Amino acid sequence: MKRYFGRKLVIYIFTFFLAVTIDWLIPRFMPGNPVQTMLSRAAVHAEAVEVMYGYYTRAFGLDLPVWKQYLNFWNALFHGDLGTSVYMFPQPVIKIIMRAVPYDIFLLVPSILLSFYAGNKFGAFAARTRWLDNTVLLLGYILTATPYMWLGILLAWSLGIVAGIFPIAGAYSFTMAPSLSWAFIGNILKHWFLPFASLFLVGFGGWAIGMRNMIIYELESDYSHYLEALGAPRKLVRRYAFRNAILPQITGLALQLGIIFGGALVTEIVFSYPGIGYLILAAIQNKDYFLLQGCFLFIIIGVLLANFVIDVVYVIVDPRTRLGMVGGAA
Amino acid sequence: MKPKKTDKIGITKLKKKNEFLYFALRNNKVKVGLAIILFFLILTFVGPLFTDYVWDDYIGPFGHPPSSKYWFGTTTFGQDVYTQFVFGLKAALLVGIIGGGLGTLIGVIVGFNAGYRGGMVDEVLNIITNIVLVIPTFAILLIIAAYLKVRGIMTESIFIGFTAWPWAARAVRSQTFSLRSRDFVDLARVSGMKPLKIIFTEIAPNMMSYLLMVFILQFGGAILIAATLDFIGLGPTNTISLGLMMNYAVLWGALQLGMWWWFIPPGLAIVAIVGSLYIMNVGLDEIFSPKLREM
Repeated sequence: MKRYFGRKLVIYIFTFFLAVTIDWLIPRFMPGNPVQTMLSRAAVHAEAVEVMYGYYTRAFGLDLPVWKQYLNFWNALFHGDLGTSVYMFPQPVIKIIMRAVPYDIFLLVPSILLSFYAGNKFGAFAARTRWLDNTVLLLGYILTATPYMWLGILLAWSLGIVAGIFPIAGAYSFTMAPSLSWAFIGNILKHWFLPFASLFLVGFGGWAIGMRNMIIYELESDYSHYLEALGAPRKLVRRYAFRNAILPQITGLALQLGIIFGGALVTEIVFSYPGIGYLILAAIQNKDYFLLQGCFLFIIIGVLLANFVIDVVYVIVDPRTRLGMVGGAA
Repeated sequence: MKPKKTDKIGITKLKKKNEFLYFALRNNKVKVGLAIILFFLILTFVGPLFTDYVWDDYIGPFGHPPSSKYWFGTTTFGQDVYTQFVFGLKAALLVGIIGGGLGTLIGVIVGFNAGYRGGMVDEVLNIITNIVLVIPTFAILLIIAAYLKVRGIMTESIFIGFTAWPWAARAVRSQTFSLRSRDFVDLARVSGMKPLKIIFTEIAPNMMSYLLMVFILQFGGAILIAATLDFIGLGPTNTISLGLMMNYAVLWGALQLGMWWWFIPPGLAIVAIVGSLYIMNVGLDEIFSPKLREM
């Protein structure tokens, strides 16, 4: 187990290092003078431009040698200093992102966990049950082949605009002030539901299909046949099969994280949901490199953290990794 | 060489050869999937013949619903949605073939080497795979986008190919790993065959069916990733694609204006293509491993 986590840790540190370096490169690799490009896009008063130009040249440290710029970036990073946004001048990037992160967590954690749980349960249940396998699982294929934003667009159009049941933009109504009242919580949930539903449904389809295919393999393996031959009840055989089939699914979750995060990004854009995805779009459109840097940093941290949690879960679920035997391919 | 019908051995040979085809044509999943893919493939080539315009021509009334003249209606700017659709279809299939193909190729090369050579090579390739898996590829694409003001489908496909291979590498690696210790591979090794030759003559042929399925999944995945990239505005700049159509539709208020004919066709096409690829994949799985066939 020590070896397992040791190797993982090396990979994580290395990845973090590399990802942050790429992150550092974003504004510096842009053609032309990044400060000039950035400021020419942000329409502000002439005197403000001068102040900002001075600030950003100093902040980027463009007059320093490259290695020093790089070290300074790491130094600032560990002090939680991600610079100041151009798009929302003069707010610091870290504050803007911190306002957005709760919405992401609120959207991603329930949709990932619920779709993983429900999809796997349903897939295991549907496998080798003829009518379910041939009819309902077709829906799973369609869902997993659906681009996130298209499902979002469809839900927004049908339930939001045509039926008028759900609002289709923002995290809560602009007329409401954030408070701890029931009305406000209800409003937040109403705005949350459609983006959540599109993320949940696409994920659900994928997990259900994956589990269905896995469990069929397991049901055809020797231990299942042996159990059946011993006269074990169907339910028991399925339980054993499920415990084996869930392992590749957990690995699959780790592999899918990047795509799920990307999906959340476009879903937030469709619904104007004020998470990091929405910020990234605004940052791209306004050439706000500091904000972009900050957003990517948080995505990197998010993906690494989620990977780590999955690793821990894997150790709990798969006893072989704990005993230092094979397994642990995750 | 020429199996005669009366010849007993010839008949069994013929059967063996056509076994794949026999089961493929009996498998509904493969049949349906293949039919839908073929339909879109034909539409890609034949579709443009039915339109006199190019995708960025401004031809008709603004926001016209589907009619006999404008089959899929027009956009807010008066562009023909049908024209955009068939052009976008071509882009999607190209991304699938090139991006998916490249992703499969890199994944296969990395997977074979990691799985067969093992040891240090495996460790290093494993670390690289993990890093590519975790790094937000959008960040890299953003830098590329800033440099290449004009980006085509090719650029996008190559980028997708270079970032989407990790899971394929892992899958191929574990398969290679299990084949590595088989007797026939051992025999090739003691007879002094070079590793590269063993991989291509002993291991790869045994995994052909598996590789085909990896390619199909990469194909579908590339189309979905391209749609996402296009939707954020990081896609091609000199052509139309299905993802870009959705992007424009949302940007220019197709939702609020109720112009469903603008955003339904591109998404529907993606779902149909990728969905039938996935269904075909499961069907092929049943053909290649008889255990899974439902009798």
